[in-house]
Amino acid sequence: MTLIDQLRFNTQVLVRQRWRTALLLLTISLGVASVVVLTSVGEGARRYVAGEFSALGQQILIVLPGKTETRGGAPPLYGTSPRDLTLEDANALARLGSIGRVAPIIAGTARVSHGNIAREVITLGTTPDFFPVRNLTIGLGQPLPASAVDSASPTLVLGAKLKQQLFGNSNPLNQWLRVGERRFRVVGVLEERGESLGLDMRDMAIIPIRSAEQLFDSAGLFRILLELKQLDQLALAKQQILERIRLRHDGEDDVTLISQDSMLHSFDNVLRTLTASVGAIAAISLLVAGILIMNISLISVSQRQREIGLLKALGAPANLVRALFVNEALLLTGSGALLGTAAGELAVALALRLLPGFPFSAPLWAELAAILMAMGSGLLFSWWPASRAARLDPVLAMRGASGGQQ
Amino acid sequence: MSASSPTATPLIDLYQLSKQYPIGNNLLKALDRIDLQINAGEYVAITGPSGSGKSTLLNMIGLLDRPDSGGYRLRGETTEALAEERRARRRREQIGFIFQAFHLIPRLSALENISLPLMLAGLPRAEQQRRGMQALQQVGLGPQASQRPNQLSGGQQQRVAIARAIVMQPPLLLADEPTGNLDQHSGVEVIELLEGLNDQGMTLLIVTHDPALAKRTRRQLQLVDGRIVSDQRP
Repeated sequence: MTLIDQLRFNTQVLVRQRWRTALLLLTISLGVASVVVLTSVGEGARRYVAGEFSALGQQILIVLPGKTETRGGAPPLYGTSPRDLTLEDANALARLGSIGRVAPIIAGTARVSHGNIAREVITLGTTPDFFPVRNLTIGLGQPLPASAVDSASPTLVLGAKLKQQLFGNSNPLNQWLRVGERRFRVVGVLEERGESLGLDMRDMAIIPIRSAEQLFDSAGLFRILLELKQLDQLALAKQQILERIRLRHDGEDDVTLISQDSMLHSFDNVLRTLTASVGAIAAISLLVAGILIMNISLISVSQRQREIGLLKALGAPANLVRALFVNEALLLTGSGALLGTAAGELAVALALRLLPGFPFSAPLWAELAAILMAMGSGLLFSWWPASRAARLDPVLAMRGASGGQQ
Repeated sequence: MSASSPTATPLIDLYQLSKQYPIGNNLLKALDRIDLQINAGEYVAITGPSGSGKSTLLNMIGLLDRPDSGGYRLRGETTEALAEERRARRRREQIGFIFQAFHLIPRLSALENISLPLMLAGLPRAEQQRRGMQALQQVGLGPQASQRPNQLSGGQQQRVAIARAIVMQPPLLLADEPTGNLDQHSGVEVIELLEGLNDQGMTLLIVTHDPALAKRTRRQLQLVDGRIVSDQRP
């Protein structure tokens, strides 16, 4: 039989039995599409978490008061030290050549009230540089005024959720509210944004650092955020910072430096687990898709065992029968796999539109594995029953059974 | 038994051919040490009660089944030792088989069904068309070339099956109850068609349990319990 005739024979099977072909294609593409969609959810989760941890920005360094030994656990968010880190320390670091913007932070919990509504929230005292350093954008009004660098002006920026709780839908700008016993004027509202580094910026009030010193009656900084002038100066900057602190702290560099590197490193385990989960999701969905395709291949070939017997009776050798069925399976699973990949990608694109915050993305290796699995499974489980039927004497195959009865 | 032309090698030569099938815990002797010679050009009926092994005998001669013991020489060639590839080739080139249930492929047109053996043999497309059409006209179904089996009557379907069996112009034509699924009128038409092919020189073996049909042949074999109990040439 010529190759062209084989191909013609195969396409006749697929084209002239439209419903059968459509159902088989549907099943195969469903299996492949589910692998694409499921892995895109898993990979999306992994990327989401990775994105959260790298939101810090590569050029940011965090200085915490107190020295903590590296124990391989989570990074020390709260250092312990007898010696405070002060605004003066921050200003001294700001004069280092490798350091750009500096945002010292004093943090505490304070009662914020407007009219008869009061909320206990985390209140940050900081400088205007805090906003660009943390990539915070103002949704309404202004960030802290420039004077907030070194004077206790009674100005305040609200988180989006806190604003909603205190003011509802009315305009909070230039309204006065109380933080503890002091009065502050609202100058801006942060744009709605999710959690970041464990701090819910939506539920927070931000005031000038000098005001916070007075409010909490303490000059001890919670931390200092530093922005490097150049990315490749990380090591140099770390060294300069420690030297400068040693100079100011009687010869002790009693601070802890955290960079994005070390953060990401500590969360490596989380990311590794997530990556493994994506792999597991892919493996399970591939297995299910493979079994699905195995079943339809087995059924569709066994249904045609009589045809195999007839072809043999008409003089087709076993090799030719096998080739016919294997080619048919390749045609069918190949187009099913392509359809399924396209459908899966379409679903992912749709999901991205509906949930723009979540980075759905099917890994390429998962798509390739799905296509290979579909074609492999289709091939193997068509070849196997076709081969078995082709080995039988025609009279047995035509009877449609593997055993013989007269 | 003596062959009618002792000088020529018989077309079919069976010696001590046996076949058993397991039925539950017992073995059914479908064929029991059959000895049989059939010469080219003969017209033979194989009769017998159901279960006597007549279809099994025809399947053996058609190389659709394998004996447990004994031998079968087709045109003087021992068939037991033939590799699968060779057996397929013998079926394709030397034997035309006609089934009671027609066994046409429903998705293929009459012409495509008939051309299937030519296609399997790897003939060029144009040659397939030409010889397929020729066979179709020979069975009187030229106008039905592009119709599917389910658009044809039973008699027409069996004629398509006959055209498929003769399209490779084999010397041997085997028909297993060819009229079993047909009304009497179509049955007679089919038999006359087969007899015409026999007149042109094809050896014709028909399995039947219809005595009227058996009487038309020139040699009648009767099987009972897997043995030939009579071999008559009226």
